[in-house]
Amino acid sequence: MKNKAFLLLVLPGAAWFIIFAYLPMFGTIIAFKDFRIHPGGFLESVLKSEWVGFKNFEFLFSTSDAYIITRNTILYNLGLIFLGLVLAVTLAIIMNELLNKRLAKIYQTAMFMPYFLSWVIISYFVFSFLSVEKGVFNQIIMYFGGDPVSWYSETGYWPYFLILLGLWKGAGYGSVVYLAAIAGIDRSYYEAAMIDGATKWKQIRYITLPLLRPLMIILTILAIGGIFRSDFGLFYQVPRDSGALYPVTNVIDTFVYRGLTIMGDTGMSTATGLYQSVVGLILVLLANYAVRKIEKDYAVF
Amino acid sequence: MSNLSEPIKRASAPAKKSRKKSRDLNAISPLSNVIFNIAIGLFALSCIFPFLFIIIISFTDEKTLAINGFKLFPEVWTLDAYRFLMESGQQMAQSFGVTLTVTVVGTALTLYLVTTYAYAISRKNFAQRRFFSFLAFFTMLFSGGLVPSYIVVTQVLHLRDSIWALILPSIMNAFYIIVMRTFFTTTVPDAVIESAKIDGATEFGIYTRIVLPISLPGIATIGLFSTLGFWNDWFNALLYIDNANLIPLQTLLIRIQNNMDFVVQNSSRVVSYDIASTLPTETVRMAMVVLATLPVALAYPFFQKYFIQGLTIGSVKE
Repeated sequence: MKNKAFLLLVLPGAAWFIIFAYLPMFGTIIAFKDFRIHPGGFLESVLKSEWVGFKNFEFLFSTSDAYIITRNTILYNLGLIFLGLVLAVTLAIIMNELLNKRLAKIYQTAMFMPYFLSWVIISYFVFSFLSVEKGVFNQIIMYFGGDPVSWYSETGYWPYFLILLGLWKGAGYGSVVYLAAIAGIDRSYYEAAMIDGATKWKQIRYITLPLLRPLMIILTILAIGGIFRSDFGLFYQVPRDSGALYPVTNVIDTFVYRGLTIMGDTGMSTATGLYQSVVGLILVLLANYAVRKIEKDYAVF
Repeated sequence: MSNLSEPIKRASAPAKKSRKKSRDLNAISPLSNVIFNIAIGLFALSCIFPFLFIIIISFTDEKTLAINGFKLFPEVWTLDAYRFLMESGQQMAQSFGVTLTVTVVGTALTLYLVTTYAYAISRKNFAQRRFFSFLAFFTMLFSGGLVPSYIVVTQVLHLRDSIWALILPSIMNAFYIIVMRTFFTTTVPDAVIESAKIDGATEFGIYTRIVLPISLPGIATIGLFSTLGFWNDWFNALLYIDNANLIPLQTLLIRIQNNMDFVVQNSSRVVSYDIASTLPTETVRMAMVVLATLPVALAYPFFQKYFIQGLTIGSVKE
């Protein structure tokens, strides 16, 4: 009787998961098929399409694309994870030490702003700096007598731009968690250290950082679990989908999107998505295993 | 004060310590404080400066802009861009309406689905709680990926060019459920539920009359995550929407940007400037960005504390 009430509560949500999460999981068998749309609908299309085994995967890995998108995805994520960690912890520690708490609060609110904006809006921000004829960067370059740069077709600058923008957008978000953790550290540690004559720097080095370490490790390992996924908007919207920049902006997510919408290659796009999901799953499980080893309470599963 | 302590400081080491103590316990030195303030202040400024810059551009005269480029202090200021939008911004108004509808309906559905689901799996006397927890959390481990999801939405549900394509794919996710379930288990005491049961309340009555009111901060957190997600969404529209009447704000901004690029690229040599001038000009586009961002920019300082609460719950504790 009671259980029936719970089942009624859980049912609509469960239906959503079945339709929007589990049905697509079943659909990944398209990766092993030569997908053709049949008039009988989705199930019939999936079932009646011809099996081609690993052909779609062979095709994917025979191109240079597979290497480039994997390399870009992993390198950008590694950069964002580690620099993001350093930035978030540094910001949190400094903001915690500022004498004027009111100012600190204002800084935090300002830093949080980019997190609340979409990549579309941010791409307009970026354009106001990088526009070839009107942008701020080229105005400065020309003021000093240089030649204007065609930013949206020069690959060399974009790895730096993308990493900086990713860090910039996530800084406010990232520092909040560490700020909360620092606030939770027992004050008496610092008082004892102070009496022993420890400088501020020593206190940070021997008290704050070691006490933040478990959280740092856990959040980093969890982020590494998602290293095969990337923020689509950063790599697609911000460079304005510029073809000249693909060598440095194409990641697995944008590759799958373009495969689906421009080339219409359903089989290979699904295969790429499956490659992403399977490697992602393995990484998440490894990451969780590592968390369990380090700090059992923090393991997700 | 520093003048007074100067001789003492020189006198002996222990006195130096007592001087430090006389300042607020264990504070950093005033000099470091200034340096840190400048560093963090500059970074904080870089986070809001681009938005201020876009506002300035939107008030710049179009001709001045064409000659001088984007300037922080334009020579001629004007309200033309906003006037233009007032008079001929039907598409903008339409898209505003779509975004607003999607955000309101989507958030309402999200709150209904997430709270009911999370409440059920938070109760220990629910027999299948383990199964349904797994059903939700497994989706964080593995997903079908973009293409199968796209095919389900278009071929199975036939939602292409429907407003539901903007809402349904994003109304649930396992992260919301984790945050909400953690909130229920930590803030709703079992004793309260037990006593309500003794008083003869039904499970549904307990949920609506006792649990939901206690959990308002958690609901606010999820509601804000969801509102922001729907307001900023453009990906679903990029995939599923062709009909101009159903384009949300963010996607409208993408389309204008792309059209403009196309015209500029193809007109610079052959076609006269006239064709380009019938499209929204640079300043009008920036004014649209300002209008699309303003609600978020004005509201987020008030939301921030709920976000911080949600972040701390969601990431620090399981």
